[in-house]
Amino acid sequence: MNDALRILPEIILTLAGVLVMIADALLPKLSSRKPLGWLAVLGALAALGASFWQYQLPAGAAYYGVVQTDAFSVFFHVLIAGIVLASLLITLDAVTPETEGLGELFALMLFGSVGMMLMTSAVELLLVFVALEISSISTYIMAGYRRKSAKSPESALKYFLLGSFATSFFLYGIALIFGATGTTRIGAIADAIATANPSSALLYVGLAMVIVGLGFKVSAAPFHVWTPDVYEGSPSPVVALMSTGPKAAAFAVLLRIAYGALPQLHADWVPILWWLAVISMTIGNLGALRQSNVKRMLAYSSIAHAGYILVAFTALSADGVAAASFYAVSYAAMNVGIFAIVSHAGGYDDRLTLIDDYRGLAYRSPLLGGAMAFFLISLIGIPFTGGFFGKFYVFAAALHSGMVWLAIIGLINSGIAAFYYLRVVIALYSRPSEAAPALALEKPSLALLIAIFITSAATLILGIVPGSVLDAARAAAQTFTSVGQDAATPTSSSVDAVRTGR
Amino acid sequence: MLNDHILTAITFVPTAGALVVAFLPRKGRVIPAFTLLVTLVTFVLSLHLPAHFDYAHHGFQFEENRPWISSPAIRYHLGVDGLSLWLVLLTTFLGPIGVLISWRAIETRTREFYFLFLLQQTAMVGVFVALDLFLYYGFWELSLVPMAILIAMFGPNRGRAAALKFFLYTFLPSGLLLVAILWLYAKTNTFDFVQLQALLGNGTFAPQALWWVSLAFLVAFAVKVPVFPLHGWLADVIQEAPTAMAMVVAGKLGLYSIFRFNLGLFPAQSRAIAPLMIVLAVVGLLYGALVALAQTDMKRLIAFSILGNLSFCTLGIFCFAVAGLNGAVFQTINEGVTGGALLVLVALLYERYGTYDMTLYGGLAAKLPMLATLFVITSLALIGLPLFNGFIGEFLVLSGSFQVHPQWVAAATVGVILSATYMLWMVQRIFYGKESSLVVNRPAFDLNVREQLTLWPMAILMLAMGVASPYWIKAIDGAMSPLAGNATSVPASPPAAIQLSGGAQ
Repeated sequence: MNDALRILPEIILTLAGVLVMIADALLPKLSSRKPLGWLAVLGALAALGASFWQYQLPAGAAYYGVVQTDAFSVFFHVLIAGIVLASLLITLDAVTPETEGLGELFALMLFGSVGMMLMTSAVELLLVFVALEISSISTYIMAGYRRKSAKSPESALKYFLLGSFATSFFLYGIALIFGATGTTRIGAIADAIATANPSSALLYVGLAMVIVGLGFKVSAAPFHVWTPDVYEGSPSPVVALMSTGPKAAAFAVLLRIAYGALPQLHADWVPILWWLAVISMTIGNLGALRQSNVKRMLAYSSIAHAGYILVAFTALSADGVAAASFYAVSYAAMNVGIFAIVSHAGGYDDRLTLIDDYRGLAYRSPLLGGAMAFFLISLIGIPFTGGFFGKFYVFAAALHSGMVWLAIIGLINSGIAAFYYLRVVIALYSRPSEAAPALALEKPSLALLIAIFITSAATLILGIVPGSVLDAARAAAQTFTSVGQDAATPTSSSVDAVRTGR
Repeated sequence: MLNDHILTAITFVPTAGALVVAFLPRKGRVIPAFTLLVTLVTFVLSLHLPAHFDYAHHGFQFEENRPWISSPAIRYHLGVDGLSLWLVLLTTFLGPIGVLISWRAIETRTREFYFLFLLQQTAMVGVFVALDLFLYYGFWELSLVPMAILIAMFGPNRGRAAALKFFLYTFLPSGLLLVAILWLYAKTNTFDFVQLQALLGNGTFAPQALWWVSLAFLVAFAVKVPVFPLHGWLADVIQEAPTAMAMVVAGKLGLYSIFRFNLGLFPAQSRAIAPLMIVLAVVGLLYGALVALAQTDMKRLIAFSILGNLSFCTLGIFCFAVAGLNGAVFQTINEGVTGGALLVLVALLYERYGTYDMTLYGGLAAKLPMLATLFVITSLALIGLPLFNGFIGEFLVLSGSFQVHPQWVAAATVGVILSATYMLWMVQRIFYGKESSLVVNRPAFDLNVREQLTLWPMAILMLAMGVASPYWIKAIDGAMSPLAGNATSVPASPPAAIQLSGGAQ
C-alpha cells in the first residue's frame, strides 16, 4: 500500500484513462465526446492534487527501489499534471462534430502523461526506458490525429521513425553503461564509478548514446530536425502537450542521469552539453527567423529554449539544477498558453497558420490577442514575466560557474529571438491587411478561457513573485547531494578549459 | 508615512490606471479623460518629492528597501537623489502633456494606446527610482515594449520597420548589460546599488576586471541616449512614433543610467574611456547639427537636433567637472521639456496642414499668432538664449568642460552656432515670408484651450528654469559633486585599458 502511494498520480491517471476508454466504447457512436474530456480533466485535477500531496511523503523508494519520490520527482509531477490539465482543456475547446476518435485522444493524453511522470521518478534506467516508451508512443499516435490532413499522418510517421531510432540509442546507451558498471540503478552507477573505476571507453560511449537519445526527446540541436515538421503537422492542442510535457520529463531524466548517476564524469559531459546548448540556441533562433508559419516558428523557438535549459546544466551547481527545473516550468506555462491561442485561432484543422493570418487578432479579440502578446513577450524574456525570470536564473547560474561566454552567446541569442517573437506581436496589433482572409474567430469556450487563465496567471506569477516556485526548484535540486560537494568544486579547471578553448 | 511609500505610489499608480483602462468602455472620451486623471494624480504625488527633499542630505531619500526574492538576493529597493529627483518629476510632468497631445491625434484603438502609455510611465519612473540592479533592469527592459508596440501600431508609414529597428537596437545591447549585471552579482552576491558602489569603490576588483563590465553598461546606455554613431534608430522612431512617445524616447533614460552607473560604479573606467566619448560627443554634435540643416522634414530635423543636444550632455558628462556634470543633468531635463515642446508644436502643425515638409509652409505667423509665439519661445529656449533654460545648461556644460578640454569645447561651440542656424531657419521658413499656397488654402485655427494647456506649462517651465535655475541646480549639485570627486580622484587610465579602448574604436 505504501508503495502504491508513491505512484499515486500515475495510478489515478491510468484509472482515468481506462475509464475514458471504456466510456468511449459504451457511448453511442455519434454522441458528443465532450463529457469524456471533462472526465479526463477531472482525472488530471485529481492527479495534480495527488502530486501536491506527495510533497508530504518522506523521500524514499518503492517497488524494490525502482521508483523514488523526492522533492525532484514531485516537482516534475506537479508540473506534468498541470501541463496535461491545461492541454486537456485546450483539446476540449477544439472539439467539433467532425473530429473523430476523441475519446481515445483524451485517453492517450492521460496515458502519455503517466509515462512522463514515471520518467521523472524512476531511478532504474530500464523503468526510465519503459516510461519513455509509454510517453513516446502516445505522442506518436496523437501527432497523427488529424487524419484528414496529409500533413498530420506524415508528421506522425516521421516522429515515430526518428523517435524510435532515438529511443534505441537511449537503450543501447543504458546497455553500455550496464556493461561498464554492472548496474542500471542511478545511485549504484555513481557508486560503481566512484569505487570500481570501470572501463572508461564503454562508459563514454554509453554516456554519448544516452545524450543522443534524450537530446532527441528534448529537441536539442543537432537532433532537432523532426521538430518543425511534427509541430506543423500535429493538431495544436497536442503540440501544446508534446512541446512541454515530454520535454520536461526528458530534461528531468537527463538531470537525474547527469547529476545523479554520472556526476564524476562531469568533465566529459559538460563540454558536450556546452556545445549542445550553443548549437541549439543558435540553430533554433536562426531557424525561427525565417519562418512565416507560426507553428514552425514556435517549433524552432522550442529548440532554442531547449538550448537555454541546457545552459543551466553546464553550471554544475544546485543553482543550475534549480534553474533548469524553474525554466521547465516557466517554458511550459508560456508555451502551453500560446498554443492554446494558436489552437483556437487556427481551429482543429489548422486553417490559419501564417503570421500574416494573425494580423489584427488583437482587434477581433482583445483578450486572445492580448494574452498571445503577453506570452510572446514572456518568450522574448521581458522582465516581470516567467520567461524573463527563467532566463535570468539560468544565465545567473551559468555566470556563477564562470561560463561568461556561454552567457554572452545565450543573451545575444535571446536578442535575435526578440526579433521573430516581436514580429508576431506587431502583427497582432497591426491593422488586418485587405488581401488576407479575415480571421474567423468563434467565441472561446469556457475550457479554453480557463486554460488561458491558468497559463497566463502562472507566467505572471513566475515573473513577479517567483519565490515559492524557486524554493520548490531549489528543494528539488537538493536531491542531488553530490551537486554541491564533489561535482561543483573541482570543475573550474575543466570548465575553464572549455571556456578558454573558444 | 507618506515618505516611505511615495515612490511606490508614483511608480505604480500608472500601472493601476492601466489595469482600469483595460476594462473601460471605448465610448466617447472616457479613456483619455481617465488617463489624464491618472497622470495628473501621479504628477501631484510626485510634487511631494521636491517639497520634502532634504537638500543638505547627500545620498538617497524616500527609500524603500525590503526583500523581494531571497535567492538570488533581489530586493525591492527604491530611492531618489538629486539626480533622479528631477527626472522623475520630468516624467510625471510630461505624462498629462502626453495625454493632451494624444487627445485628438489618437482616435482609434484608444484603449490599447492609453494602456501601453501608462505602462510606459511606470517603466520610466521605475528606471529612475530603482536602486536594485535587477529591479532597474526590469524597468529598463519593460520600457522598450510599450514603446515598440505603440510605434508599430501608430506609425503612419513604416511603423513596423521602425518599431523593430528600435527594439533590436536597444534590446541587443541590453542582453550584454544583463550579462554584466549577472557577472557583478556572481562576484559580489548583491544587486543592491548602494552596496555595489561601496564594494567597487574600495578596490575589491582590479580596474581591468571591471573594464568589460563597464563597457557593456556604457554601450547599452549609449544606444539608448543615443550617442553617435549608435543613433541609427532615432530619426525613424521620432518620425513614426506617436508624439507622446517620441517626446520621451530619447535622452533621459540613457543619460540617467550613464550618470548613475558608469560614473557611480565605474569612475576609473569612465575616465579611461572619456577621450573617446568626448570625441564621439563632439562629432555627434556637429553631425547632428549639419544633418539637421539639410532636412526639410520637420520631424527629422528635430530628431537630429535632439541628437546634437544629447551629444552636448555626453560632452558635459565625460569632462568630469562639477559644473559640466550639473549642466549635463540640467540639459537632460531641458531636452525633455524643450525637445518635447517642439515635437508637440510640429504635431499641431501637422494636425492643421497634414504635412511635416517645411518647404510647403510660409507666413503662418499672421494666421496663427499664438502658435507662432510658442514656437519662437521654444526655439529660443532650444538654442540657448539667456533667460531660458537652454542657456543655463549650455553655459554650465561649456564652462565646466572648457577648463578640461578647451580645443574640443571650441569645436562644440560651432555646433551651438549651427543649431541656432537651423532652428531660426525653420522658424523663418514656417512662420515668416509669403503665405504659401498650403497656408492660404486651408482654414487656420489658432491654439484651442486643450492645446494651450499642453504648451503653456512647458513654455513657463522653460522660462522658470532659465530664471530660477538655482532651485534645480541645488539638488543636482548635491548628487553630482561626489560623482565628480570620485571620478577625478581615481587614477586616470590603467595602461591595459587604454589599449583595449584603442581596440574598441
